Amino acid sequence: MESSIQTPLPTAPSTPPTPQRNPLRPSRGHTDAVEGSATWQLADRIGLAFCWFLGLLFCAIAIAIVLYLMVQGIKFLKPSMLVTPAAAGFTEGESGGFSDAFIGTMIVAVMGIAIALPAGIAIAVWLVEYGRPAALARITESTIEAIAAIPSIVLALFGTVIFSSTALGFLSRTSQGVVFGRSFFAASAMLSLVALPLVVASVREGLNSIPRHVREASYAVGKTKAATTRRILLPTCRPQVATGAILGLGRIIGDTAIILVLLGATQNFAPVEGTGFPLNYLRGAGTTLTNFVYEASPTGNLNQPQKAYAAAFVLLLMVLALNAAADVVHRRARKVGTWSH
Amino acid sequence: MLGALVCAVVALLLALIATVFVHAWPSFAHNGLSWFGPGGNVDDQMEAISLSAQTGAGYVYTFHAWPLIWSTILITGGAVTIALVSALFSAVFIIEFAPTWMSNILQPVVRFLASVPSVIYGLIGVVVIVPFIGNHFVTEPQKASVAGVISLTGYSLLAAVTVLTVMIAPLMVSIFSDGLRAVKPGWLEGSLALGVNRWRTTWKIGVRSARPAIVAGTVLAVARATGEAVMLAMISGSVGFAPNPADGLIFIYEPSRPLAPTIVKNIDQLSSKPANATLFAIAAVLLFSGAMVSLAGHIARRAMRKYGSA
Repeated sequence: MESSIQTPLPTAPSTPPTPQRNPLRPSRGHTDAVEGSATWQLADRIGLAFCWFLGLLFCAIAIAIVLYLMVQGIKFLKPSMLVTPAAAGFTEGESGGFSDAFIGTMIVAVMGIAIALPAGIAIAVWLVEYGRPAALARITESTIEAIAAIPSIVLALFGTVIFSSTALGFLSRTSQGVVFGRSFFAASAMLSLVALPLVVASVREGLNSIPRHVREASYAVGKTKAATTRRILLPTCRPQVATGAILGLGRIIGDTAIILVLLGATQNFAPVEGTGFPLNYLRGAGTTLTNFVYEASPTGNLNQPQKAYAAAFVLLLMVLALNAAADVVHRRARKVGTWSH
Repeated sequence: MLGALVCAVVALLLALIATVFVHAWPSFAHNGLSWFGPGGNVDDQMEAISLSAQTGAGYVYTFHAWPLIWSTILITGGAVTIALVSALFSAVFIIEFAPTWMSNILQPVVRFLASVPSVIYGLIGVVVIVPFIGNHFVTEPQKASVAGVISLTGYSLLAAVTVLTVMIAPLMVSIFSDGLRAVKPGWLEGSLALGVNRWRTTWKIGVRSARPAIVAGTVLAVARATGEAVMLAMISGSVGFAPNPADGLIFIYEPSRPLAPTIVKNIDQLSSKPANATLFAIAAVLLFSGAMVSLAGHIARRAMRKYGSA
């Protein structure tokens, strides 16, 4: 199905090139051809100097954050911390590692994106390909925008109401009729809402960039709308789907408020008795790296700064890896090239 | 089938709004407009509310949130103002004036800063920025002058605004640069052809026609700043105190606590009914102010339709 899209398509009405690609733009790469700053008035040159200052400041801040956490992280991170669960102890040497937090982050990331990705793709497809009635489409767009703007602590509070209801008691621990409401299910479900707008935006952008004639060609050979979407449009915007998933993952593993409220104030897994292996852990409370950093920081309940550095370093490495992955996807998508109009 | 899912998401949002306001109602109903006003110590009030669930003498709801609201305004306002200026200059730099190598470095740097989890910013704030402010900026006479009221340890407005600025500025930079990139080249060329230099062309034509993107980025940044809970809970000082600018410059060294961190700090009280209502009331205020900011952004952008983009 890949090859069917890449075959040159017959003549189509030419669309104007996007302004971003206009080579006439006096911009990067053309600076030498345009006048330099030497002829400008003093105020303008001070402004340009301020630009340079800010640019260098941003670089300096980024380097400082990475270097600081790297130095502290390498100093305090021991590989054993990643496989030892946290334990009660008086000194940092006695209190174990943060393996539960590390695994918790993975669980939450996988479960959160497993909800957000299909839902986000479906919403984006509906918005771009169907979008009728138009009023509902507008409402949906506003809804996605609103979800993106809702603070995660408010989402977390909403989660406590939903997941403490008796109807959803099977998703968390229940004791004496009271639903605990804190579990990996609860946290992942709410975290998926944090990732959802990013996935929708990215997939929408991808679908919108596919010219109309591609769809028309597919209809012309007798494919239905659903088949066109599934076999032509979605495979074509795979890079954007991947980008959305990566951005969403980044937000999920970086969120603390929802974890703090919906996963529990513990640093260990708290599996629920009476259920089989994966479910008992997922129904129980737990922790993630962000929660661990929060609690282990000097203002938290554990106050073990050395381990906070180590966990923060691990978290930062994950974020850096996700950023690098997003870059690779982006670059590869650009190499494949654009549609011939 | 897709339509059903879309309807479900819309319904979920409506359910969220309804739930938050229904749960918040007892707190608002009891306090009326004085909920938003000053009066008494807000931390003591919160404690009395939480404890009243156990005493059996009836629920207490009295809550005057002004110090929390004022702190939110000061911290958000300060951070957004600084971030707006620096993000605008940075975006202009990235799009127009930076040499290719420089903007090739800056773009990933900005993306990275935008994706650092807030708890890492909080940790760095706690272990680096806060002690630095406490040890080097705040003087002994200043500490002595407020000794009976609060202690100046470095957990302060200044620390909160500094770290929050670094958090939200990258977000603004990326939206501003998208806006600047989409400016019609012909407009810029027209200005250049008239002999206006590149700096002024960028500011008079480029930045002006990118105003819708600037509004959109600012709205998003305000939403992120008011909703930021964890980082601010760590470094704002976590005291229900309203720093008064009329006291002189010392107010930037004073601790406070915005609305969203208040929820985080009292999350253990969620099972106490009146405390639950109070925390949902704070969430309702956050939702409502977020909606108002978005609405203001929409209205502002509608007036800018003539600029074509965004």
